[in-house]
Amino acid sequence: MIDLSLLPDGGVRWLDASGPHGDIVLSTRVRLARNVEGFAFTGRARDGERLRVLAMVRDSLPAIEGLAEHISFRVDELSPVDRALLHERHLVSKELAGLDVQHPVKTGAAVFLGDGLGVMVNEEDHLRLQALRSGFALQEAYASLESVDRSLGSRLPYSFHPEFGFLTACPTNVGTGLRASVLIHLPGLVLTKEIGKVLAGLQQMGLTYRGLYGEGSEVVGNFFQISNQTTLGSAEEELLDKLLNVVAHVIEREQEARKVLLRDAGYIIEDKLWRAYGTLRYARSLTFDEAMNYLSGVRLAVGLKLINGLSVYTLNKLLIFSQAAHLAYAEGRTLAESDTNLARARYVRTTLEEESGSVR
Amino acid sequence: MLCDNCGERDAAVHLTTIVNNEVRQQHLCEKCAAERGVETTVAKPKHPLGDFLHAVQQQAIAATSEAGRCSFCGATMNDFRTTGRWGCARCYATFESSMRELLRRVHGNSRHVGIVYMPPQPELDERATILGELKERLRRAIESEQFELAADLRDRIRVME
Repeated sequence: MIDLSLLPDGGVRWLDASGPHGDIVLSTRVRLARNVEGFAFTGRARDGERLRVLAMVRDSLPAIEGLAEHISFRVDELSPVDRALLHERHLVSKELAGLDVQHPVKTGAAVFLGDGLGVMVNEEDHLRLQALRSGFALQEAYASLESVDRSLGSRLPYSFHPEFGFLTACPTNVGTGLRASVLIHLPGLVLTKEIGKVLAGLQQMGLTYRGLYGEGSEVVGNFFQISNQTTLGSAEEELLDKLLNVVAHVIEREQEARKVLLRDAGYIIEDKLWRAYGTLRYARSLTFDEAMNYLSGVRLAVGLKLINGLSVYTLNKLLIFSQAAHLAYAEGRTLAESDTNLARARYVRTTLEEESGSVR
Repeated sequence: MLCDNCGERDAAVHLTTIVNNEVRQQHLCEKCAAERGVETTVAKPKHPLGDFLHAVQQQAIAATSEAGRCSFCGATMNDFRTTGRWGCARCYATFESSMRELLRRVHGNSRHVGIVYMPPQPELDERATILGELKERLRRAIESEQFELAADLRDRIRVME
């Protein structure tokens, strides 16, 4: 199995809740889709072409600030569990990890990881540059990514069209190639049933939402990924500003909803959230969805200061480390689903037990 | 101009014949020309060669429409419909007219207004190499006290920088 301990903070510094609005916003991600001129896009390229693209990227990286020192993985040479592990940790996309039966892993699929920065090679596009930050930090994430993009683009020729912008395999990414997303926890808006209006509003503003793992993933545990829908026709700054303003507004609405909950349903909410904590603390078997939903409750309780002495970082880590591949990794063997549920409950229990002394 | 034969109708066919090395020009109306067996209407090709040329012409028309194939990666519009992905950067030029409409539907716009990208210019690298070489020669010229050469080299470096 791969060793992720070599990564700065295991590649999960973005979970440390140190960023702005860390109690509501888990992380901010910005990615740029780019293709190298002279080669067919990944889906249509021959193995040899993909390997050449990979070699070109590898040769360029030592000169790129922020990625000169990196950890890299040839994703196509990893076992399915290792690939799932990287995906669960948000370090590679589902597409690159080849976890879909219909889209198996491609020769030359690789990832280069620096501190909060990553380059996926031979994803749907030749290059997916991404920056990941803790909390609500769009500008900071984009600034670090833009410098990587500029530097890499001065060494590799990107496919660019004067009218259509940066060219991508999927027409939904063409233009800026920029997708910025904010992973946000909105239990207050869900419980007050305001969420429908907020989500409809997002879509009117040209934004969209997805689940914890981006495109095609379900919303679980009240975690939403809000991102820009379009990539063409607006400049990078405009796209970021719009997302920034709308998410700032959503954060305010969530804060208001939480106040309303406390004011109008104080003891009911308090009881509900402590029960969630109790379940996580003592359950012997937990499915993924159950764990996410109870964790959502406990996260809300910590935000409302109904439960004290539990860090948001611990709760964030539970979200990632209680997933199937992480549990298999911790146990050192592949697990059947029922065993996974037992291992998950055991892991959550042990982690919460370590902080239980200070919980009140 | 009236028909050379009947002298009644306007001449529509201008026939050049060469008989016994003598060039003869005749101006005939459609009726008289037809009577002499001269084809005056542009009909569909009836011969195998004509059919072949006609087919090539149709293909050329198809190549510029949706039914075409990208000259770089070989992808067709049908491939795009199946996968939802273009095959390469050239596809954007090959299917340009359909592209604009598609992008307008997806993004409400078909014109990029963000970062304008300039690909790396190999000349820059060459320039850096030449500059490095000149500097090295300057160093050696100074070391060997060839001051006239050194001054010349220094001027060339200044111009390049």
